[in-house]
Amino acid sequence: MKKEFNIIANLVEKNSKVLDVGCGDGELMKYISQNITDNIRGLEISKNNVQKCIEKGLTVVEGNAEKDLKQFPRSSFDYVILSQTLQAFLDPENVIDELLRIGKKAIVTIPNFGYWKVRIHLLLQGTMPVTKNLPNEWYNTPNLHMCTIKDFVNFCNKKKIKINSSNLNIKNIFSELGIFLIEK
Amino acid sequence: MNKIEKVKKIIINKPLKLDCGKTISNFPLAYETYGLLNEKKDNAILAFHALTGDQFASGINPVTNKEGWWNYALGPGKAIDTNKYFVICANVIGGCMGSYGPNSINPETNEPFGTNFPVITINDMVNAQYHLLEFFKIEKLFSVVGGSMGGMQVLQFVSNFPNKSHTAIPIACTASHSAQNIALNELGRQSIMADHNWSNGFYEKDKKLPDKGLAVARMAAHITYLSKKGLQEKFGRKLQERDSLKFSFDADFQIESYLRYQGSVFVDRFDANSYLYITRAMDYFDLIKQFDGNLSKAFEKSKTKFFIISFTSDWLYPTPENREIVIALNAIGNDVGFAEITSDKGHDSFLLDVPDFLNAVKNFLNNSYNKFNEKRI
Repeated sequence: MKKEFNIIANLVEKNSKVLDVGCGDGELMKYISQNITDNIRGLEISKNNVQKCIEKGLTVVEGNAEKDLKQFPRSSFDYVILSQTLQAFLDPENVIDELLRIGKKAIVTIPNFGYWKVRIHLLLQGTMPVTKNLPNEWYNTPNLHMCTIKDFVNFCNKKKIKINSSNLNIKNIFSELGIFLIEK
Repeated sequence: MNKIEKVKKIIINKPLKLDCGKTISNFPLAYETYGLLNEKKDNAILAFHALTGDQFASGINPVTNKEGWWNYALGPGKAIDTNKYFVICANVIGGCMGSYGPNSINPETNEPFGTNFPVITINDMVNAQYHLLEFFKIEKLFSVVGGSMGGMQVLQFVSNFPNKSHTAIPIACTASHSAQNIALNELGRQSIMADHNWSNGFYEKDKKLPDKGLAVARMAAHITYLSKKGLQEKFGRKLQERDSLKFSFDADFQIESYLRYQGSVFVDRFDANSYLYITRAMDYFDLIKQFDGNLSKAFEKSKTKFFIISFTSDWLYPTPENREIVIALNAIGNDVGFAEITSDKGHDSFLLDVPDFLNAVKNFLNNSYNKFNEKRI
């Protein structure tokens, strides 16, 4: 299991109600449902992944996070998880607003564009960085809005979003991933 | 017709007040079962049929000697596995496979009711079938499942009996019959009524049946069950057993011949008045209006776990109409999953061999059943 999943799962309280936005093939949901809470469901855009979630016995709604979060009422989940998909949305600001409307808390992870390997790649090679977490070339990447951990922190400050980062390692240079527990 | 007299039936003695205001009692409900009810009686599934279906969902229909309408999905080892589950399927009231319908004899006249049969609704159909739970002494069903009009019955069932099924699978359906669907049903009904033999619905008297009208109704409806792409791929402009156009109104094209065939075999197994009554029931279905414009209220009292399925090429009950049900359930925090299955086979996809669909149903049922059993232990 990805180390990231472990960190995310540890942020979720036992028996809470969780929505995993962009839940992929359901691996994180499966881990959380077996270890933390079985009151978890996912929203996923890929038909192939939806089938994989159903195979795993997970509750999943096929849909698009940018359009379909509005159907959930305010504070209908204790936690809403968004794992490494924020940068792929057309309007990430709106998605964050929606996450914090429907969830009492949100767990957001981002691939950190400020990671030292990314910086060095751009500095020395002069081309868009390609790393394990950012495997695509500039012309075929699904990532529209890359940011660094520092960018995300600034964004939250500007929007008066509280970052509960006590158990997070969010160093801008040394983290490949930023993991945030946020609330409004 | 003798074969129909032999089908399994329960007689419902308790008076049933219909939406039209009339009350019926001592009426037959024809049904069939598949698989075995286990000792705990926790493996029962009620399957609802669509417009022209019947209780013979799986195996060979003893009346028509043709395969059951849901043979791809339902049977031993199939998506709805009758080695594991006990499946009950009833002929809806208003139908023509042994349940109380316009074909039934009116005791006052000793003739078939014809159009003197009361207009029935999806709600009436579901209320009648609820008696099957009492008959089999089933406290709570494991699932209710159905496509098209069967899906509407699933929605109505959960709304009427919020805690009588653990899970529900409405497939390719809607919570409110659209203007387009009412229009298409009206086309079918007018076709039947335009047949001289229909005689205002009292055609049994002289045994001249409105077959032509019913066949045309079926032909028109059949087109709506397929997709443009599916039709184009299967038939294109291919000619029927000829090399060139005949400059006549014969069936030059394969698609014409196919539709004529579909119409002609349909009249052998279906009753024209039943077609009128059942399409009317579908038109009247509006669960949203039943709950004053708020569909969520229909499911407020229910803890039933839903799995809703639509198909990409279904233009009769398109994805947005199915999604509307998902949204209503999410709005009140109910447990709902949803998948749109890719298929070129149109609305008929739910009746056909569409592996993604069949796998999804199988996985949902089996995983849910295992979870309920874990919780009980």
